[in-house]
Amino acid sequence: MSSALDQIFVHGKRWLLSWIAGAPNWVIEITSSLLNIVALLAVFLTLFAFISVLERKILGRMQNRYGPNRVGPFGLFQPIADGIKMLIKEDIVPARADKIVHFLAPVVLAAVAILTLGVIPYGRNMTAFTIDGGILFFFAVGSATELAVFMAGWASNNKFSMLGAMRAIAQMFSYELPLIIAVLPVVMVVGSLMPDRIVFAQGEYTLGIVPRWFVFTPWGAATFILFFVSGLVESNRTPFDVPEGESEIVAGHMTEYSGFKYATFFLAEYLGMFAVSGLAVTLFLGGWHAPARVLEVVPSYVWFFVKLSALLFVYIWLRATLPRTRVDQMMNVAWKFMLPMSFTCVIAAAVWHYAGRGIRGWLWSLFVIVVVYSALSIVLDTRRKFARRVYRFAE
Amino acid sequence: MNGAAFILISVFMLAGALAAATLPNLMHAAFCLVLALLGLASFFFLLGAEFVGLALVFIYIGAVAVLIVFTILLTRRDSKEHYGLNWSGVVIALAVFGGLTWAILKTQSLSIVPPHARAITVKRIGETLMTGYVWPLQCVGLLLTAALIGALVLVMEERR
Repeated sequence: MSSALDQIFVHGKRWLLSWIAGAPNWVIEITSSLLNIVALLAVFLTLFAFISVLERKILGRMQNRYGPNRVGPFGLFQPIADGIKMLIKEDIVPARADKIVHFLAPVVLAAVAILTLGVIPYGRNMTAFTIDGGILFFFAVGSATELAVFMAGWASNNKFSMLGAMRAIAQMFSYELPLIIAVLPVVMVVGSLMPDRIVFAQGEYTLGIVPRWFVFTPWGAATFILFFVSGLVESNRTPFDVPEGESEIVAGHMTEYSGFKYATFFLAEYLGMFAVSGLAVTLFLGGWHAPARVLEVVPSYVWFFVKLSALLFVYIWLRATLPRTRVDQMMNVAWKFMLPMSFTCVIAAAVWHYAGRGIRGWLWSLFVIVVVYSALSIVLDTRRKFARRVYRFAE
Repeated sequence: MNGAAFILISVFMLAGALAAATLPNLMHAAFCLVLALLGLASFFFLLGAEFVGLALVFIYIGAVAVLIVFTILLTRRDSKEHYGLNWSGVVIALAVFGGLTWAILKTQSLSIVPPHARAITVKRIGETLMTGYVWPLQCVGLLLTAALIGALVLVMEERR
């Protein structure tokens, strides 16, 4: 019974495909891909609508005020109202803007975000797009985001837009390095770039109780934190929303966008957030595996989305509590702390592997990480160096 | 199906390349170059060489294209002027075209020699790089590190 419920979507797709069983091969292939795409879009656009209202509710709760509560019960129909509002707004394109590129930028951004969602396994046998180098695909496609943001900033023909785009590119390039190197330990330990294999490798239980998720090893926990922070920066969300920086540069690369194009930027931002959280779940939190053997009756996709929601809640929580960082502080952390730490995690994972993947490896890898972490915190300590403030670019 | 895909991608890619070579606005040309590179990556996908295609997208669209647009931003804005025909460019282009055509015509057709190579997985590429080509790999790594440090030294501000 539980396995039937677990595979209900896989069987549903097979049933739909059986309607056109007699058709030529390429028709079946294309229909199968289209079904995957439709399912993916339906799930994540609904999640986007849901999260956008939930985020405002949670932010309101944390900041001691009511969130949206006018439209529908508990303000739940707010996304519909927002959608209609965005659709009927006037779409303003600046007279001196580059019309085509200005139009293409949000489209490319959203397309890239949707493509990256395709390689994540959402449940047992539920990967929309299975390829050998799935992780590589995620980052290869994701790296086009920078170009799309640049297109938005350049085509708007506005100083604020250009500044925002420059900031976005600087920040994304700097944090892409720790993000990708943080994936390396997991890929090394599993020996595959395929997300399904990585999930499969985390399926067993140590002593029958503790699941073998990578986050429960010292290197895995450290890498998970690095990955999560880098992912937060990549998605340009609040502690790191320097590219938007509404108190400094209006709205960064989105300054000259209005109506539905503006909404598309937000869609892309949220989809990117879902994608990077989904990858974090896949790499470190055991993907769609249940946290205990008795809980395996619950379908696998439920577990995936429970974990995803937990990560999304942390995103919203951070947004509610942290102020925006400064550009130079952010860059310093990326190059001086995150990068050496992510290399250390690679070494710690190798130590864990060669010390037998047991309790000895656990302790040795913890030792490596603690040593490098303390050394870095001594080297990068700035407490004693505070002097009179010097303004380099302003008088 | 592969034949149709080949023709579609070819048209897409040739259009992108042509636009990249002829558009007066340099920034548009750079974006069209990205389109052409995307077509090239799709060819690799079509041939089953996923890794090469992904690496192409990663490096050329993710990094080199951004480098190109930045370079355009930082250089002079004289793209509106017309320079006339660049004869050395024409000669080089014809030479490259002729060389490639000659090479393609000399190559045996793929339909005569059935390919019986194993599928190129990422794992096999990694194994080959780490065993047979480990020294070249290390040399390239050293070179890139040196280039990175050199770039850092160039932009480092001088402390008083």
